[in-house]
Amino acid sequence: MTVASDKPKVGLFVTCLVDLFRPVVGFAAVKLIEEAGCEVDVPMAQTCCGQPAYNSGDRHDARMIAQNTIRAFENFDYVVAPSGSCAGMLKKHYPALFKGDARWEERAKVFAGKVHELVSFLADVRGMDRVTAAGAGSVTYHDSCSGLRELGIKAQPRALLASMDGIELREMRDPDVCCGFGGTFCVKYPDVSNAIVETKTKAISDSGAELLLAGDLGCLMNMAGKLKRQGSPVEARHVAEVLAGLTDAAPIGGRD
Amino acid sequence: MQITSPDFKQNARHALDDVQLQKALGNVRAGFIDKRQKAVDALPEFEALRDNARDIKNHALENLDLYLEAYEQKVTASGGQVHWAETAADARSIVLDICRTRGARTVTKGKSMITEEIELNDFLDAAGIVPVETDLGEYIIQLRGEHPSHIIAPAVHVNQDQVEADFRRVHTHLAPDRDLTAPETLLDEARQVLRAKYFEADIGITGANFLVAETGSSIIVTNEGNGDLTQILPRIHIVIASIEKIVPTLDDAAQILRVLARSATGQDMSVYTTLSTGPRRPDDPDGPDEYHVILLDNGRSAMLGTEFQDMLRCIRCGACMNHCPVYHSIGGHAYGWVYPGPMGAVLTPALIGVDKGGHLPNASTFCGRCESVCPMKIPLPKMMRHWREKEFERGLNPATQRYGLKAWAFFARRPWLYRLATSIAIPVLGTAGKAKGRFSWLPFAGGWTKHRELPAPETRTFRQQWSQREALKQGGAA
Repeated sequence: MTVASDKPKVGLFVTCLVDLFRPVVGFAAVKLIEEAGCEVDVPMAQTCCGQPAYNSGDRHDARMIAQNTIRAFENFDYVVAPSGSCAGMLKKHYPALFKGDARWEERAKVFAGKVHELVSFLADVRGMDRVTAAGAGSVTYHDSCSGLRELGIKAQPRALLASMDGIELREMRDPDVCCGFGGTFCVKYPDVSNAIVETKTKAISDSGAELLLAGDLGCLMNMAGKLKRQGSPVEARHVAEVLAGLTDAAPIGGRD
Repeated sequence: MQITSPDFKQNARHALDDVQLQKALGNVRAGFIDKRQKAVDALPEFEALRDNARDIKNHALENLDLYLEAYEQKVTASGGQVHWAETAADARSIVLDICRTRGARTVTKGKSMITEEIELNDFLDAAGIVPVETDLGEYIIQLRGEHPSHIIAPAVHVNQDQVEADFRRVHTHLAPDRDLTAPETLLDEARQVLRAKYFEADIGITGANFLVAETGSSIIVTNEGNGDLTQILPRIHIVIASIEKIVPTLDDAAQILRVLARSATGQDMSVYTTLSTGPRRPDDPDGPDEYHVILLDNGRSAMLGTEFQDMLRCIRCGACMNHCPVYHSIGGHAYGWVYPGPMGAVLTPALIGVDKGGHLPNASTFCGRCESVCPMKIPLPKMMRHWREKEFERGLNPATQRYGLKAWAFFARRPWLYRLATSIAIPVLGTAGKAKGRFSWLPFAGGWTKHRELPAPETRTFRQQWSQREALKQGGAA
C-alpha cells in the first residue's frame, strides 16, 4: 500500500524516445525528482506527445493524442518530462491545438500550467542548486532548440553540472545552434540534416570534451549517431544520467 | 524566373556539393550574426522596439485599405501618380506602358526584390529596353545571369575571384592587365562603369522599404548611394512596392528603421535613408519630372485575415536567413524562387502555391532561431506548420509519409495497443543491436542511417522495467 504523503505528486511524461530507446534516462529523472522532494508516478496510459503528427500538419491525430495525454496526467500536481521538445509541446502547443475548442481549451491550459521540463523543474520550481552525484570529467553541453527558445533552459543545466565535483564544462562553439535533428526533418531531408549535424559534431570535437550532454534524446541520438559514424571517441549521454549519477549503462550508441 | 522549388531536394544536394558556394556560405555564418548581436547588445531597449515595430505594422495591416487610400491621395497631391497592379503581369505592363510612351531605352534600377518577384528584367530585355542594376551585388549577379540568393546580399553566394573573372569578361573596354586583386579595386571599377549608366538612363526604378501614408513618401535604405542616383538623375522615377509596405506616419517609419538595419547588417542605420515625395518641385535643385508608384498586390491581400497575415509584417531585413542552419547549409538558390530562408518558406507558398512551394516550409527543423531574431516578431515556424497543415489537408505530401504517420498515430492514440506493440518490438530491436549498441543500417531507417548510426535501444522499454519494479515493490509491501 502506498501511504498518502503531502509531497507534491509528479507524473513523469517519459517521452517515447526515452521509453523505447533509453530507459535509464527515465530512471534518472525519477531519482532526481524524488531527490527534489516529490513523489513520482508513471501513468501507463501515456504514449507520445504528438509532435510527429502536429509538425506534419495532422492536427486531428495530434489533438486525439493530446487529449489522451491530458486525461492521463490531470490528477498530478506537476507533469515533468526529460525533454525540452516534448515539454514544449505539452506546455506551449497543446493550448494552441485546442484554441477555440469549448471543451478542451481550458483543460489544455490548466494542464499546460503544470508542465515542466525536468532540469528547469528541479532548478526553478524545486529550487535545487546542487546534486550529490560525482563528476563525469570534461563535458560539453548542447542547448536543444525547443528547451532553449520555448522554455528558456540554458543556465539551469549548467548550474547543476557546475555543482558537481570533478566535472569540467568546456563550451562548444555555438552551443545554441540546432543539431539538424528536427524530428521527421532528419529523415525527410537527410542531406541537409547531415550538413547541419556535421557542423555540430565539428564544434563538439573542437571543444575537447570527452562527453556530450543535452536535455533531449532526439538531438542526442542524432549527434551521437554522427559522432559514432565519424569514429569519434566523444561519448554522449542525457544530462539527467550524469546529474543522477546513473552512468553505468553504455553511452548512447554503445561503447567501442 | 523558372520556379524550381519542387526540386528542392536536388537543389539542396547540388548546393551541398558546390565547393565555391560552400566557401561563400561560410561568410554568412561568420559575418551577419556577430554584427547583429553587437548592435542589439548596444541598445537596451531593442526588445521594446521590436514589440513597437510589430504593433505598428499590425495596426497598418488591420487598416490597410484606409492607409493605402490616404497614401494615394498624398502622392497625387504632390504631383505623382499611383498605379494599382493586382498581378505581376499588371505591374509589368504598367512599367512597359510608361517606358513606351516616353520612348525610354535604358532603365537604371535600385535594389528591389519586388522587381525580382515580377521578373521585370527579363521582361524589359525582351521588350528591347535595357535594365541596368546599380546595386553592386545586383550588378554582379546581372552580369552572371543569376538571381539573388539573399534578400539583402544578393551576391552572397559569389566569391571575390569569381567577381574578378566576371568583370574581366564583361568590362572589355578596360585594360586587360589591370590589377583587381584588392576588393576595393572591384568596387571602384563597378562604380566607374555604373556612373556612366546613370546619365544614360531614361527611367530610374526603385523598390521601397516603406510607403508613408501621412506624407505620400516612399523610403529606401541603401549603403551605396546607388538608390539616390537611380531616382534623382533620370527624368522619370518609378517606385514599385507591394501593398504591405505601408506605414501610417513618418514617425512609424522611423521607429521601424531603428530595428531594420540593426537586424540586417548590425548597423545603427543604413548609410543612406532616402525619402522621395512626388516629382521635382519648381524650387527643388534636382529630382525627376515624373513620379510613379506601382502598388502591387500579387496575392498579398489574400493573406489578410488568414493565419498568414503576420507574414505581411516582414521588412525584408534578412535576419531569419542569416540565422538559419538550413540556409547556412544550402544558400538561397536551392529554395527555387525569389525569397529564400525562413521568410521565403512562409511567403513562397502564399505567392506561388503550396503545391509548388511545399518543400520549403517542410525543410525546417523548427529550431526557432529565425523567430527569435525577427525584428517584427513574426512567428515563422508556426506559419510553416500551418503550411504543412494545408498540405496535409489537400493530401499533397508523399503517400509514404502519410501512411507512415497514420500507422504511427493509430498506435499512439491507443495506449494499450501501443504498449503491446512496443513491448514486442523493442526487445527484438534491442537484442539485435545489443552487441554493438547501434545499427549502421536498418530496414525503413535509411533516411537516418544514410549519414549516421542509429543507437540501439535497451532490451526492455522504460515502462516494462517500471511496471516490474512497481510490482516488486507492491509484492514487498504486501
